[in-house]
Amino acid sequence: MQLLFRYANPHAFMRLSGALLPFTAAATILLIAIGLYLGFTVPPDYQQGMTVTMMFVHVPAATMAELAYGVIAVASFFSLVWRHPLSDVAARAAAPYGALFTALGLITGSLWGRPMWGTWWQWDGRLTSFLLLLFVYLGYMALWNAIEDETRAARAAAILGLVGAVNIPIIKFSVDWWTTLHQGESIISGKLAPVFLWPLLVMMAGYAFLFVTLWMIAIRTEILSRKARTLMLGGP
Amino acid sequence: MVVGRMITSLTAEKLACARGDRILFEGLSFRVEAGQALAVEGANGAGKTSLLRLIAGFLSPREGRLLLKTPEGESSDSDERAQAIGWLGHHDGLKPQLTVGEQLKSFAQLYRSTRDTDAVLEELGLARQKDFPCRFLSAGQRRRLALARLLVSGRPLWLLDEPFAALDKDGQALVARLMALHCGQGGLVIAATHEPLGLSNASIRL
Amino acid sequence: MSAFRALLGRDLRLAARSGGGAALALGFFALVATLVPLGIGPDVKILARIAGGILWVAAVLAGLLSLDRLFQGDFEDGSLDVIALSPLSLESVALAKILAHWFSTGLPLTLISPLLAILFNLPPGPTLVLFISLLIGTPSVSAVGAIGASLTLSLKRGGLILPLIILPLLTPAVIFGAGSVAALMDGMQPGGGLILLAAFAAAACLLSPFAAAAAVRLNLGG
Repeated sequence: MQLLFRYANPHAFMRLSGALLPFTAAATILLIAIGLYLGFTVPPDYQQGMTVTMMFVHVPAATMAELAYGVIAVASFFSLVWRHPLSDVAARAAAPYGALFTALGLITGSLWGRPMWGTWWQWDGRLTSFLLLLFVYLGYMALWNAIEDETRAARAAAILGLVGAVNIPIIKFSVDWWTTLHQGESIISGKLAPVFLWPLLVMMAGYAFLFVTLWMIAIRTEILSRKARTLMLGGP
Repeated sequence: MVVGRMITSLTAEKLACARGDRILFEGLSFRVEAGQALAVEGANGAGKTSLLRLIAGFLSPREGRLLLKTPEGESSDSDERAQAIGWLGHHDGLKPQLTVGEQLKSFAQLYRSTRDTDAVLEELGLARQKDFPCRFLSAGQRRRLALARLLVSGRPLWLLDEPFAALDKDGQALVARLMALHCGQGGLVIAATHEPLGLSNASIRL
Repeated sequence: MSAFRALLGRDLRLAARSGGGAALALGFFALVATLVPLGIGPDVKILARIAGGILWVAAVLAGLLSLDRLFQGDFEDGSLDVIALSPLSLESVALAKILAHWFSTGLPLTLISPLLAILFNLPPGPTLVLFISLLIGTPSVSAVGAIGASLTLSLKRGGLILPLIILPLLTPAVIFGAGSVAALMDGMQPGGGLILLAAFAAAACLLSPFAAAAAVRLNLGG
């Protein structure tokens, strides 16, 4: 915890993230390139044919969408308990990318489902959950933007972030219950053949590095703009 | 029982208060003892209201601390301090739809006060308006009702934000009399004000 | 306890005397229930099928109407400062406000729901399930809503952002509530949905006073 706090200092964070950024950016490009290559050269699935390729874009996006909310939840907790300004910035910076991955998951899921279902949208359990997750993200970002005073906005968003963290699993559970009630069927289930596992894991890692890279850039931008504003206002 | 508890003194030690990036005041120290009144003066935006909100525990100080001494001991806990505070804010905190009597009665119950609300209304010259909804009251009458609520609270430490605002000469004299009476009974008064309190009080300038 | 009752009584009286009370919520609820058949057509089979869902959605939306003023009125006129310094904890204050909101919206809506179910040709069994689900489920609307209301209490246009914040969080209530009605219509047992709904409402009522109190505390510092 002590170590964590040392790097949670904005100056230390600027130095550390500045040193890491080139590597994470390179890793992102490399991993996604390999992942895409592997993904397009897999043998066609016996059930889904070549549409299985969509899985390599969809599943990692969906995973990152949830992970990004996990980041917000943890940062919110830190912000409320230790009142750490960097955790506010970190939570805020993660939200748009979380929403982006959620939207990406929805779009790719819909494209994937199109040949299976014959429609662009199906009230499939996973897709429905992600649609709701997107709204949770939008509400969270709206609250950040609505409150003028920055410290107050940060604390309010942190409270909402934690409430969401408790509620999102319940929402998921209720949507699953709803699909069993209405006998929906998910294409995105069942066992994964090992040939598909490797490209999927590589893509996951690529997406994770993409998120970390974008997230760090957003945090750095926010820290710098706060610094600039303080200088202009002549504050401490 | 917390209500009616006596306070020996309230001490501020090197308080600093900031809103956002702006520091309102720092290194502020003062001490108010039982029976004393303190006037907080200063230009608009100097932080008079913020100081009152800080004492009430709504804001937390950036630095320094507040120490409340009672015959039982001392505490710097803002939740304990809150139970000693009678609050008269900048806004009256009254509902236009509720009658004068209802309003005072519900606050008396909320504060678990045993004061006779009718007697307090009488004292403040609002007895005739008892069954009127507050929307029919003048600004001065609303202020008097807010003062009535302060009396009913029975709290020893009064925090008053511009207690003379919206009051005519009679009303201002009434406020001065109530403050003197409160101090005479061993209470404390801290008032943010533009005008002299009309008491033998100390004052600080922000 | 008497302090709690005093605050609850004050808020109920306020809700009854200012336009935002039960009458407004009831009117809205009934109007939505009237408009939907006009939009969909008078096919009684379809209407009976969607009644549970429509009435549940309408109940949630009607509950939202007066929610933005839950803390805001007291915040703007300074009452909240006086209330915050009372012997009641802010958690109890939030609970009193949640209860007052439920008594003036959720409960009256529940009571007239059987009447509206007739408009949708809902059979007696599902109507009873709808009634029970609203009775145990609408407290969660007030409870989760109180979190949103306390977070946005200092915002001039808080009423606009409030639905965006809390509607996604309320989906479980709609799903379990309307789902238990639909289950019975399809010849299944409604009990499972009702139990899940009760659990959700209980958790919401237990946890939300803490979140709301934290949000109020933060706004008092403003």
